[in-house]
Amino acid sequence: MINLTPVIPELVLACGGMALLMIGVFRGDGAMRSVAWISVLVLVVAGIASGTLSSDRQVVFGGQFVTDAFAQFAKWLVVIGAVFGIAMSLSYNERHEVARFEFPVLIVFATLGMFMMISANDLISLYVGLELQSLSLYVLAAFRRDNLRSSEAGLKYFVLGALSSGMLLYGASLVYGFAGSTGFDALAGVFKTGSGPSIGLIVGMVFVIAGLAFKISAVPFHMWTPDVYEGAPTPVTAFFALAPKIAAFALFMRVLTGPFGPLVAEWQQIVWLLAIASMILGALAAIWQSNIKRLLAYSSIGHVGYALVGLAAGNETGVRGVLIYLAIYLAMSAGAFCCVLAMRRGNRMVEGIDDLAGLSRTQPMVALAMAVLMFSMAGIPPLAGFFGKLYVFLAAVQAGLYALAVIGVLASVIGAYYYLRIIKIMYFDEPAESMDRPVGREIGAIMAASTLFIVLFFVYPSPILNGAQTAAAALFAG
Amino acid sequence: MQMLQIGLSHYLAVAAILFTIGIFGIFLNRKNVIVILMSIELILLSVNINLVAFSVHLQDLAGQIFAMLVLTVAAAEAAIGLAIIVVYFRNRGTIAVEDINVMKG
Repeated sequence: MINLTPVIPELVLACGGMALLMIGVFRGDGAMRSVAWISVLVLVVAGIASGTLSSDRQVVFGGQFVTDAFAQFAKWLVVIGAVFGIAMSLSYNERHEVARFEFPVLIVFATLGMFMMISANDLISLYVGLELQSLSLYVLAAFRRDNLRSSEAGLKYFVLGALSSGMLLYGASLVYGFAGSTGFDALAGVFKTGSGPSIGLIVGMVFVIAGLAFKISAVPFHMWTPDVYEGAPTPVTAFFALAPKIAAFALFMRVLTGPFGPLVAEWQQIVWLLAIASMILGALAAIWQSNIKRLLAYSSIGHVGYALVGLAAGNETGVRGVLIYLAIYLAMSAGAFCCVLAMRRGNRMVEGIDDLAGLSRTQPMVALAMAVLMFSMAGIPPLAGFFGKLYVFLAAVQAGLYALAVIGVLASVIGAYYYLRIIKIMYFDEPAESMDRPVGREIGAIMAASTLFIVLFFVYPSPILNGAQTAAAALFAG
Repeated sequence: MQMLQIGLSHYLAVAAILFTIGIFGIFLNRKNVIVILMSIELILLSVNINLVAFSVHLQDLAGQIFAMLVLTVAAAEAAIGLAIIVVYFRNRGTIAVEDINVMKG
């Protein structure tokens, strides 16, 4: 008898998703709101199920699937991102006549794929989880199928996503061939005992890292991000920025510290390079953007760079820093995209940064939330974004990566320019035509919650810090 | 004359060539999105050749199981890709690669 307890969260999502499809088919698109709220319920149940599992390391399905404290922490973040994604989409979809029940169901299936990625313990389950996630996301990006931009975003995302999957797979096949196994535990054993990795293994590992770097959109594998973020429907962009990025990052950390853990000297240089390139490009390219979604895309590339700084340290402190960073990034992005969703004029979305002019007078609360989030993204204390950066840079300094930490601090100073420019436009420019009110219940609630989290993080940070500590320790215990 | 023995390295060379052709097909192609779809299939096929060759060489079944899963996922991927291309064509009226430029990136 197979022990199915560790996979209960995934079973809940899979069965829930299929049941929701049936509900949708029989009740039609009119059931969009009820299907969406049941999806939220399914996601929360899966999150709670994952949280109540024993946090000891358990491996099932012949070594394909692992659950530990690290997986639990990452799954919680993903669930929060997915719930936010669904909640943000409700009124947007209704306004743009794409209120179809498939939307929340696709998010549920994408979340299932992310859960599988986070818990992957074998190259095969890694690939299947990753594809389940990606295939759902391609469809979501093209969800407004009558809209040219949305379908172009879907097409670009599909082509580059498939290319990255192909590179990852090619790397996986080389790793399998030269190490003789696809299991992460077996691979770690092979690398530990062998007398230095063969050239085939190194090539394979580089391909796997390149494929995963595509998924987290680290420079130089970032080219899809600005276009997809700009073209996809705004709630989908928000979802892209939240859940898949965190899941792919968790997978990246598990792969690098698990099977490739003994090769830390080899991959450290690659991650170092990815981190520096992402931070610099994220800081510089955003300066010239006039579209807020595109700007947030470059900003998210920059954030990936800062998180990679922690990973480059390659130890427990570094992973802890990355997890704290991701948790804070989740809140910052959720809030920022809620503000973008609140930008409506005459019932149409506006996306220009200039459209924010004088927002402080027409919509003071939204402007205040946006200002707090932008200060936090720029890393100004005592807001949460400062602590996120602090922990990753601390880990880098402790690991002796001084150059990385210095470049990171410089990049975040440059990056502060465009965050502060948004605040300046909102507070000191002449008001443009006022935006539509009200912003909507769900959006207002998420915006308020994430802003409060960002402001009050320093008062009571221990749940996040301790959770990340346990999770990072679990990753290095195995 | 001695017959040429076909060994692991030959299979790996074929797979590497196919993989390279696939990558170049995606980046150098300026004509049609369908060609990109074919290039993606080529990449996945090269992976399958790799996996099966390694599987035989190592006397280990995992590689062939992996290849089966890759085949299945490739089919799903092609289906979704074609669907997105159809949607795009309806909006734009063309699927030439150089016309996919509403957003600059």
